[in-house]
Amino acid sequence: MNPRLTLATSARVLAQIRHDPRTVALLLLVPSLLIGLMAWIFVNTKEFETIGPALLGLFPFIIMFLITSITTLRERRSGTLERLMTMPLGKFDFIVGYTLAFGLLAIIQSLIAVGYAVWVCGLTISGNVWLLILVAVANAVLGTTLGLFASAFAATEFQVVQFMPALVFPQILLGGIFIPRSQMPDVLRSISDWLPLSHSIEALQKVTMDSGASGTVLREVGIVALWAVGFVIVGSLTLRRRTE
Amino acid sequence: MNSTPAIVITGLRVRRGKLDVLHNLDIQVPRGQVVGLLGPSGSGKSTLMRSIVGAQRIAAGTVTVLGSPAGTPALRRRIGYVTQSPSVYEDLTVTQNLQYFARVIGAPRSDTDRVVQEVDLGPQSKQLVGNLSGGQLSRVSLAVALLGSPELLVLDEPTVGLDPVLRRDLWKLFASLASRGVSLLVSSHVMDEATRCDRILLLHDGEVLADETPAELLDRTKTSDADDAFLALIAQTQKKSGAAA
Repeated sequence: MNPRLTLATSARVLAQIRHDPRTVALLLLVPSLLIGLMAWIFVNTKEFETIGPALLGLFPFIIMFLITSITTLRERRSGTLERLMTMPLGKFDFIVGYTLAFGLLAIIQSLIAVGYAVWVCGLTISGNVWLLILVAVANAVLGTTLGLFASAFAATEFQVVQFMPALVFPQILLGGIFIPRSQMPDVLRSISDWLPLSHSIEALQKVTMDSGASGTVLREVGIVALWAVGFVIVGSLTLRRRTE
Repeated sequence: MNSTPAIVITGLRVRRGKLDVLHNLDIQVPRGQVVGLLGPSGSGKSTLMRSIVGAQRIAAGTVTVLGSPAGTPALRRRIGYVTQSPSVYEDLTVTQNLQYFARVIGAPRSDTDRVVQEVDLGPQSKQLVGNLSGGQLSRVSLAVALLGSPELLVLDEPTVGLDPVLRRDLWKLFASLASRGVSLLVSSHVMDEATRCDRILLLHDGEVLADETPAELLDRTKTSDADDAFLALIAQTQKKSGAAA
């Protein structure tokens, strides 16, 4: 891996996004709009206080998953990846370059979403706000790396969009948003323990509701980060210089 | 100057899926010449080129490029490769594309201006590649391959979709590169481009039908243009395989 080539790749990906202002606007604003909608739906109940935190992780995760998997698939199909693989660019330069570029977007997106949820929608945060932002960013990076990983197994845009219900929805259902994970059947609970999103939702709920849980939150963020690193490694293994 | 051939291929076999695309090819491409790789679509031209740049998994044989086995890391700066589809980023400008690829191969910054001039895209350099015409698009892709002044250029149908004037200019560019010692392997399915090459490699159904100069080819087949020469050679091979059966 060569940091100069990695950063050149990140800069290139960001330059591509900059030429597409509509995508930038959707990327940065849609999570906040959805969180606002949720707050409005639950305006007469107390539910938003429990669901709101999970949403802060969920929307960035889903959106980053989608845009990353589609952009990298495009790169595979347009021939630019084949060209890069005949050049002195390392596989990690490519994958980490993408992760950094979309990770940066994810940070901005999460800052806007957290700010909107706290100051506009009135979500109360018992723990540290910066810790909440850290968790939201970790989530978005998780979505980015899972998207990179998924794009390796998709041959068409249709397939990659289908990966969203296949890889993302089960994690949402088992993540403890609908009912606490402790109330799930034992089998589902143990599956849920092994899914990265369960840990990020746990971290989000802890940081908003429990001011004394920083240690637990950091441990959960650590688990999410390990998953992200794992996806980056497996994703780069799927890049081949020689193909059929 | 080095007198060993730019490319030496022995016993190359490539399978794609269940199909044998290249069967037992033996090819040598000399240095400092423009070698035209001709043949109808589906004859294995692109597969052969991908084998040379190290992007193709091969079933048997050896491919030696500039003295090293194809695909070795040291070769990645020494070969310029243009794939059949214009593999550039449509959502970047011409200059941004070139700057990125120049950084990847470690070419000097001034190289981007040079290659833009060489493919005659000066007026378009600030435009988004996605807004260019098909012919301009393929020239951006060619410009990328010229970055870093590689010793070997492997160009898969670089002149497809270009008007006659541009085609003539590009073949002039290829000839001037060859005169500076660059080796070029240029594929085309337009047979009349054969006459612009120093040598011709005629590929048909994964086998080499001819490997000679254009003059030798016309002489041997007693024809006056490349199209007829190709048809004559096909007729010969079909007669031969018919006799064998």
